[in-house]
This record gives sequence, C-alpha cells and structure tokens, in this order.
Amino acid sequence: MALLPFPLPFAELEVGHHLYWQIGDLYLHGQVFLSSWILIGILLAFVLVGTRGMKRDPMGLQNLLEFLWNFIRDIARDNIGEKYYRDWLPFIGTLFLFIFVSNWGGALIPWKVIELPDGELGAPTADINTTVAMALLVSLAYFYAGLSRKGLRFFELYVEPTPIMLPFKIIEEFTKPLSLSFRLFGNILADELAVGVLVYLVPLIVPLPVMLLGLFTSAIQALIFATLTAFYIGEGLHEAH
Amino acid sequence: MTWLLLAEAGVPEGGLFDLDATLPLMAVQVVLLTFLLNALFFRPVGKVVEEREGFISTSRADAKQKLAEVEKLEADLAEQLKGARQAAQAVITEAEQEVDRLYREALAQAEAEANRSKEESRRAIETERESARTQLQGQVDQLSSTIINRLLAA
Repeated sequence: MALLPFPLPFAELEVGHHLYWQIGDLYLHGQVFLSSWILIGILLAFVLVGTRGMKRDPMGLQNLLEFLWNFIRDIARDNIGEKYYRDWLPFIGTLFLFIFVSNWGGALIPWKVIELPDGELGAPTADINTTVAMALLVSLAYFYAGLSRKGLRFFELYVEPTPIMLPFKIIEEFTKPLSLSFRLFGNILADELAVGVLVYLVPLIVPLPVMLLGLFTSAIQALIFATLTAFYIGEGLHEAH
Repeated sequence: MTWLLLAEAGVPEGGLFDLDATLPLMAVQVVLLTFLLNALFFRPVGKVVEEREGFISTSRADAKQKLAEVEKLEADLAEQLKGARQAAQAVITEAEQEVDRLYREALAQAEAEANRSKEESRRAIETERESARTQLQGQVDQLSSTIINRLLAA
C-alpha cells in the first residue's frame, strides 16, 4: 500500500471475515443476513409494485413479471413435466429469483459504502452457508417429491437401469448438493475476488470487463441452479417404465 | 455501526468455509421466501397468464368456428346464386321462344291474309274479264248480225 500515492478506500480485500451475531451458543454471519434482507426487500417491493392492478393486457412492470414467470415456468415444465410442475414452480422460481437478485445485487450495489465492524456486505451467495442451505433444500425437495409420489419405490431409481449403478447413485446423492453449493459459492466468490483484486490494482476502467463477465456468470449461475433443481425434482418424480 | 456487533467475546476465527447456524436459518429464510413469493408473485401472475392463455385459446376456437360458419354461408350463397342464374337463363330462353313463336304466327297470318286478298282480287278480275268478254261477244254477235242483215238486204 505504501507504493500507492493515494489511499483506496473501496479497495480492500477481506476473505473469510464475518460479522458474527450470537444467539445462545450459536453464531450467525450477520453480513449475510443484512444483505439478504435488503435484497429480499428489493425483490418483494419489485414484485408488490409489479403485481398491483394486473390486467389482461399487461402494462409496464407486469410485462417484466410475466416474462419472468414464463421463463421460470418453462424451466420447471421442461424438466418436471406438464403434470407436476405447478407444485414445484414456486420453489424453483424462488431459488432462481433469490440467487439472481443476490448475485446481481452483490455485484451492482456499492456495499462498501456501508461500513461494518467486521466483515463486509456482499452477495449472500458468496457465503458457503447460503449455498449449502439451498443445496440441502433441493435435496430435501427431490426426496420429498419422489417419496410422496412413489413411496419407497422411489429408491428403484438407484438400481436403474442396472443394480451396478447402486453405489454411484448413492454417491450421487452426496455429490449433487456438494456440486450445487460449491458451484454457486465458488463462482460468485471468485467473481467478487477477481473484481476486488483488479479494483485494488487498477481502480479505473480495467475492472469493467470483468464486472460485466461477473454479471453474466451470475445470471448463468442462477439459471443453472434453478434448472438443476428442476431436473433433480423431475428425476425424482419420473415414472419408471 | 457497533450495534451490529452482536457477538460477545470469544468470536470464532471465521474463514471461507465457516459453517454455522447461518445455514439452517438461511434455509428457513428461503422456505419462508418461497411461501411469500408464491402468494405475492407466482400465484397471482400465473393466474393472470393462464387466464389470458385460456381467453386466447377460446377466442381462437370461437373465431375458427365462426370462420367455418361464414364459409358454409358463402357456399350456400354461391349455390343460391347459381340457381338464380339458371332460373334467369331459363326465363330468358322461354321469352325468346315465345317471341319467336309470336313472330311466326303473325307472319303466317299476314301471309294468309295477303294470299286471300290476292285470290279475291284475282277472282274479281276473272269475273270482270268474263263479263266483259260476254258483253263483247254479245256486241260482236249483234254487230255481225247487223252486218249480215245489211248485206242480205242489199
């Protein structure tokens, strides 16, 4: 830092610092909740304003919301099928919207302006707890979907097409949430770090392409997470032939 | 901003992979958000979109049915038009035949009349000629007898 002629207030790299909140013996990452509440607030405000006075001929925000709804429905319907996608559309859509809003909010909102005693605000999805939480919810969701529809016959999935697949399928149950959570976490954290390092080195213009790339990957990650969720649930519901 | 620092002393070290109570609480938060968004977003928007889709498909079906009706009526009309044209043609032909017949009749009548008057006048001429000849014959006879008498007397 001594080499730089001026201080860079917005360019500091902090990795692994958290704003700890304590409830009893439990610790929480406060910055994750603060940013997620702000982002959820924005999302809900947007939805509330957009769904006010909806008409058959859409106007303004309603267009955008309907586009989003159609987009999410296509993801759900393509992977789950005409019969059951309605039950799972809210879950898949919520994951998509929450991840998307978190990723983009983390990249677009100048969080550094708000100073915390420890840690820093950022995308909630750049915290491993958030992504693991969602990945485990996905696992629960497809187990619930399969078991509620087919009962114990759900586990026939493990020996199809041949019983040789059994160990791989069992391993898969662990790798699915692992890959889901680490993919999202890694991408978003890597993007934040890359942008952070570039801003630290060259504060002007140079980080812009990486930021744009970050926005692109952020959107793609939300799509991937939602699509995979839909696919896993669809797989759980799939009727064996 | 120190009020945000809710943890007492003995805070954990932190780190990138620091899993703690954030995880279950975030899961609960996501589930709550799912219910909230379902009530605020997915259900109302889905209702509007699906209503519109239903409206469009019924309108389309309606329009198709109406189109079929129109086509049927059009075919009907064309049929009727064809019938009317044929009827008109028949009337015209009949009228033409009638005219032709009347013309021939009139012509025949006129010809007959002409023939009749011609015959009549021919006959009149004949009788006149006959009477003139008999009259002339009488005069010739008278003259000849007069000539004979005069000669005999001389």
